Amino acid sequence: MVYRGPYKVRVEEKDMPVIEHPGDAIVRVELASICGSDLHLYHGMMPDTRVGMTFGHEFIGVVEEVGPGVRNLQRGDRVMVPFNIFCGTCWFCARGLYANCHNVNPNATAVGGIYGYSHTCGGYDGGQAEFVRVPFADVGPVVIPNWMDEEDAVMLTDALATGYFGAQLGDIVENDVVVVFGAGPVGLYAAKSAWLMGAGRVIVIDHLEYRLEKARAFAHAETYNFAEYDDIVVHMKKVTDHLGADVAIDAVGAEADGNFIQHVTAAKLKLQGGSPVALNWAIDSVRKGGTVSVMGAYGPMFSAVKFGDAMNKGLTLRMNQCHVKRQWPRLFEHIRAGYLKPSEIITHRIPLEHIAEGYHMFSAKLDGCIKPLVVPNAG
Amino acid sequence: MPYTPERPALTESSEQLRARIPGWGADLNREDRPSVPKLDRGEGTGVPGEFPERQPEKWPRERSIEHKFLTPVFGTSCPPHGLSGALRKYSYRKYSEGRAAHWLLLLGADRVDAWEQHLRSFLTLRPDNPITETGVLSEFTRHGISSRFGKKRADVKHQWLDPFIVAGPWLLMAALVWSVVRKASRSRPARRTELAN
Ligand SMILES: [Zn+2]
Ligand SMILES: [Zn+2]
Repeated sequence: MVYRGPYKVRVEEKDMPVIEHPGDAIVRVELASICGSDLHLYHGMMPDTRVGMTFGHEFIGVVEEVGPGVRNLQRGDRVMVPFNIFCGTCWFCARGLYANCHNVNPNATAVGGIYGYSHTCGGYDGGQAEFVRVPFADVGPVVIPNWMDEEDAVMLTDALATGYFGAQLGDIVENDVVVVFGAGPVGLYAAKSAWLMGAGRVIVIDHLEYRLEKARAFAHAETYNFAEYDDIVVHMKKVTDHLGADVAIDAVGAEADGNFIQHVTAAKLKLQGGSPVALNWAIDSVRKGGTVSVMGAYGPMFSAVKFGDAMNKGLTLRMNQCHVKRQWPRLFEHIRAGYLKPSEIITHRIPLEHIAEGYHMFSAKLDGCIKPLVVPNAG
Repeated sequence: MPYTPERPALTESSEQLRARIPGWGADLNREDRPSVPKLDRGEGTGVPGEFPERQPEKWPRERSIEHKFLTPVFGTSCPPHGLSGALRKYSYRKYSEGRAAHWLLLLGADRVDAWEQHLRSFLTLRPDNPITETGVLSEFTRHGISSRFGKKRADVKHQWLDPFIVAGPWLLMAALVWSVVRKASRSRPARRTELAN
């Protein structure tokens, strides 16, 4: 697929990706998915998203070719690829901060390299394609274990790892009341992970009934539809005995659709780097001295965040892109133990040729869509 | 209750939760949670202290001025071209990431790029097609109406605004052009009458 401008994508023949660095591999994509954060690109909100770019940072596939410097992988290996591109040797990688790698993104120092995520994230083509270039192939990808379902594997490349990470950032202790804003894939996984970490109560807020239903069934959560309340913050205070939640997780990111002003200035006019409505609700709903965890995607543009409230309440704000690969060993254990079945949230499987319809459906939240997979060569 | 020191009671005990939710408490021990994102020396997956080999630079690759040099590895999708490319290169050359101008120029270049490519597509065998490329046909195949209405969705409440917000600037521009043209055409005869007097 290629981007053709805001709200437009199409399928095009592109040149076959080539080995450009000795550490590269070329991967033939078997399964990819569309991510909520791809919608920031699709809506034209992320600076330096160029026409002709291929999106997709969540994919698994088979190694087609390796560069001369690759030791750990060979042609024919089935691999899952974390969405972060990272070198494994820089100051940040040496400290496990793979999402913050300094050697892969010339376009910015504040954000790392991501497949198919604009030039702000390094200008790499993504995996909603038949083939993709994977830099530092010895470092990022991992061979998919035999016992693992391929649809579970693709969820591990971002959404599940990020959801679990969001719960980790909350530093949950036993019996904590955890509120998750956003019942998209990442929010659902964050809610589920909060239980693994010992939460005493998990609340999920969204406005799409079908997603809240999933939050109840999949993540055993208590749910509220913010569209039914005048003021969701007051409601949150009421249901937590006026204390507020111990931990609030923003699993929405920019482009949250809140009130009228936010809808106009952020979602439509793009005067802010996305609407911070979910983040502001998190700041308002958490108790004083509580923790706000942010792993929803925000772009580099400024947003009107209620920083004064965060300061006056003594909040701990923790955030980052997920260092996906660090999550894998533990998440593999949880999947094997049957605590998590990530593919349960997948709702649609779209052939690559129909990706324009897929994007529209996902963006407009039609047909009960929670997580769409993209299948190249489905024909 | 925040007005007294006691924690509000939970409706379910840890034991009840453990029985109800698969895996409850499996990662309860905070010390044992893997990959907590704190500084963690020596966790790199490569050879420590090794600077990677450099990927060849096939065209002057734009880069943030906050970097000391071009990173050893980078993406090669969509080299800059045309007016949008010039704007992008200027923005990277001139402004750091800390400057709003940097990002606004890049966003502006994105809009220019879309128009450039849109116009260029009409010179090709495959012009842009607003119906197939926006995927609007999925409105019919994917329950466009029933997905939106009667579902208590927050976005539907102000969706009626969208056409105005999207078309508004164009309409304003058209009105402006119209009034300028009208003023220009009115002022000419007026001047003539002055001259006649
Ligand atoms: Zn993603
Ligand atoms: Zn690195």
